[in-house]
Amino acid sequence: MTAPAAVTIDRLSKHFGPVKAVDDLSFTVRPGAVTGFLGPNGAGKTTTLRMLLGLVRPTSGRALIGDSPYLELRQPAQTVGASLEASAFHPGRSGLDHLRMFAPQVGVRESRCHELLELVGLDQAKKRRVGGYSMGMRQRLALAYAMLGDPAVVILDEPANGLDPQGIVWLRQLLRAFADEGKTVLVSSHVLSEVQSTVDDVVIIAKGRLVHESSLSDLRTLAAPSVEVLSPTPQRVLELAGTQQWRAEPRHDGVVVLHDVEAPQVGAAAFAANIELHRLSDVGVGLEDVFLRLTGEPTQEVAQ
Amino acid sequence: MSAAIRGEFRKFLSTRMWWILGLAMFAYLVFLGAVMAFSFAFGSTMSAGEAASAGVPQMSGETAATMTYSLTSPLGYVFPLIIGSLLFTNEFRHQTITPTLLVEPRRTILVLAKLVVAAIFGVIIGVLATAGTVVGASPVLALMGDGSYLGSGDVWALIGWSVVVMALWTVLGVAIGGLLTNQVAAIIVIIGFTQFVEPIARVALGAVDALQGVSAYLPGAAADAVLGTSFFGSMGETDLLSRWAGGLVMLAYIAVFALGARFVTLRRDIG
Repeated sequence: MTAPAAVTIDRLSKHFGPVKAVDDLSFTVRPGAVTGFLGPNGAGKTTTLRMLLGLVRPTSGRALIGDSPYLELRQPAQTVGASLEASAFHPGRSGLDHLRMFAPQVGVRESRCHELLELVGLDQAKKRRVGGYSMGMRQRLALAYAMLGDPAVVILDEPANGLDPQGIVWLRQLLRAFADEGKTVLVSSHVLSEVQSTVDDVVIIAKGRLVHESSLSDLRTLAAPSVEVLSPTPQRVLELAGTQQWRAEPRHDGVVVLHDVEAPQVGAAAFAANIELHRLSDVGVGLEDVFLRLTGEPTQEVAQ
Repeated sequence: MSAAIRGEFRKFLSTRMWWILGLAMFAYLVFLGAVMAFSFAFGSTMSAGEAASAGVPQMSGETAATMTYSLTSPLGYVFPLIIGSLLFTNEFRHQTITPTLLVEPRRTILVLAKLVVAAIFGVIIGVLATAGTVVGASPVLALMGDGSYLGSGDVWALIGWSVVVMALWTVLGVAIGGLLTNQVAAIIVIIGFTQFVEPIARVALGAVDALQGVSAYLPGAAADAVLGTSFFGSMGETDLLSRWAGGLVMLAYIAVFALGARFVTLRRDIG
């Protein structure tokens, strides 16, 4: 592996006519961690990655791998391994041939192709044409391509798409191992839940702009649970909240909203205090809700 | 650069298309070689008047042999052009251009590597194609005409130039594919140009005094100049360029399309 290198996106913009696909975007991705690059479809994730990899010319700003733009890297394929679309294969080529044709420029021997195909679980299928591969197999082949040069920076666009649940667990372990080796791992996804058990850091964009950049644990603090309680004796609920030190907020319809607490605790305490409850429901914002709120998509209303 | 060339070799060899097209080309030229040899052999048995009224070119001996063997390029050049173009258009059709440009971000190296690989495969294609014509024509010439003349140095020189010309067509095909990038469009343009536009243009331009000189600069006419013989010429077309000038004209076409591939296609955003 080449020396660890951070990824720096610096005031990057890409305009397609009047459309600002990426708009003054800045963030950094550190080595030794898995960073989730999140946003709804059309947020500008792929365009950002393509600018980072020298495939799309930025309207302004720059994107750096370590200290240089991708196009100026001396050994690009040994520094960065990227898979941008799991469909970028000639259907008539075998999985092995797909890797073999890049091996000379990546600077690896053919034996490395065989090793990787075994690692990603395509050993049996490597001589078959890619046209007959499932989506999950294509993802695995794309991953093998990205790993060819044992790069310090791994960039994967929606790598979990098409993987079965076991595949997702496998991918998670693989990405974790990359980070533990000191690699910089950037993984895009349009679904937070898909990566939330994998990533250390999150970069969230919407409409081409950065809306959030932090560790996953800091993102979690934005998620605040709360509970709605309906009782024939709201006064007693408020008293209970006082003794339990819950922040309570009586609503005009008689419902009491309790913050930073979850339904099982409230239910147990109410039961112990002999308070009759007619309704008890979690209405707090989960991590996914935070993500949806940040990206400007309507949060799911709790059915009343 | 050598790594890029090795990569391009593997790309080319790992799909079936090139040898399917190669076989089709071989079969096509065996057939046409036999047909043309038959027509020349038949023509040489008639008197001049009979031949003219039958529309058969009247040639005999070594001229007939040379003329037949030289048909590889004028009749078969659509194949190397298409095979060459696939080297580029496949990358865009199947989006492998993305991983390709990731392992080799220097666009100029990519274009040069493809041109080099096309030249090398072009020689193989040229040997295959010319062999097809000779295999089809020589038995007919030997049995029905004045002989196959495969012992003649001039005939072998012609065969050598035929291989060179077919290699140049393959290189031009890559360059065209690099500029047009859309596989279907490239194939339609190549077929349309080689089968309709150029044959018509060569005859039409030849018929207009002021434009006579222009037709010699059409790619097919330039290729005939490299061969040193012209099937169209035998049908009353005007003079060809000299061999080296014809070669330069073909290289100029290659350069124009290759520069287009480098500075138009590969300057665009990929994705």
